[in-house]
Amino acid sequence: MNVFVVFVSAVLVNNFVLSRFLGICPFLGVSRKLETAVGMGLAVTFVMALSSAVTYIVYYGLLVRYELEYLYNIAFILIIASLVQLVEMFLKRSSPSLYKALGVYLPLITTNCAVLGVAVINIREEGFTLFHAVINGIGGAAGFTLALILFAGIRERIEFNSIPKAFRGFPIALIAAGLMSVVFLGFRGIL
Amino acid sequence: MKYDKILKNGIFDENPTFVQVIGMCPVLAITTTAVNGVGMGLSTMAVLVFSNLFVSLIRHFVPDQIRIPAYVVVIASFVTIVEFLLKAYLPALNNSLGLFIPLIVVNCIILARAETFAAKNPPVKSLLDGIGMGLGFTAALVIIGAFRELLGNGTILTDTAFEIILPQSFPRTLLMILPPGAFITLGLLMALFNNIKIIFAGKNQEGA
Repeated sequence: MNVFVVFVSAVLVNNFVLSRFLGICPFLGVSRKLETAVGMGLAVTFVMALSSAVTYIVYYGLLVRYELEYLYNIAFILIIASLVQLVEMFLKRSSPSLYKALGVYLPLITTNCAVLGVAVINIREEGFTLFHAVINGIGGAAGFTLALILFAGIRERIEFNSIPKAFRGFPIALIAAGLMSVVFLGFRGIL
Repeated sequence: MKYDKILKNGIFDENPTFVQVIGMCPVLAITTTAVNGVGMGLSTMAVLVFSNLFVSLIRHFVPDQIRIPAYVVVIASFVTIVEFLLKAYLPALNNSLGLFIPLIVVNCIILARAETFAAKNPPVKSLLDGIGMGLGFTAALVIIGAFRELLGNGTILTDTAFEIILPQSFPRTLLMILPPGAFITLGLLMALFNNIKIIFAGKNQEGA
């Protein structure tokens, strides 16, 4: 399978947030401000690229070899949780400024279903190599970041409009997300 | 808290989907039909009930610092069991829910209930809390699923004994079962519930 196709598919055609519905919680939760959206996007990209590689290696190198495939879910979530912890400790030491910017979002990533989602997709997809898996992880995270940043921009503008009382908060945000999803449907034609 | 109140709390007062707005990924992803909603809701409920019970039973033995990893392992084990049961007995449902069965592990509702309720309450109460929250989640999924199925496909409860197919003259909007339909349906339903709440609040004020 062409790696470029995998990437474009993950970013645009099967956008993780808007067409696969992975990572909805942070998408709705931290998209009120553009600044926080960028921070969250960066943190997720970092962890997703890393965890795609590690889960793929552990699955084929360890679980498949010893016929323990059924443990994949438990193994993956533990890998992701420890990776997040590791990244947090590493950033704290090596780059305090980046740590300060990403700090609050890092623990949240463990329960971001896009991270576990991409790990599971990587092992379910036929003919995926390690390289495909990492590209899929980076592409998925890029798609997540793109959707998050666009959505934060839209929400910042919504704030300044007068919205009927019943629609304030989540309802109007969800409808805006729905319209964005319609736009991303348009990308289905390109592959 | 009384037992019946714990149940009611999960279904209405603190409904995970419409009130707390957590665990939204499956809510949007698999609600293309009401039947999928039932399947996903009950699978999540099974995991929630057992993980709540288990977390409550081990709450005095787990050191505070490692409680979250411990809860996650408990949850992941039950998810694995549910996945195997679905694969063996309901393969069609397992296929249509696909990715979202293993992803029950990261459903925030389950970890949130373990942390905020089961870790602080005795087993029976935790079990009931799991049932209440699970029913609330299932109800939300079924309502959304039914709306999307009706508007997008023109059917209700398709593939079951109770299937109703609307006449061809009923307009079908494909968009409703595509991804955008999920966001829009949920947004409109939430606005509807908000509106009901606003009307009731107004009435209460007039009465007082």
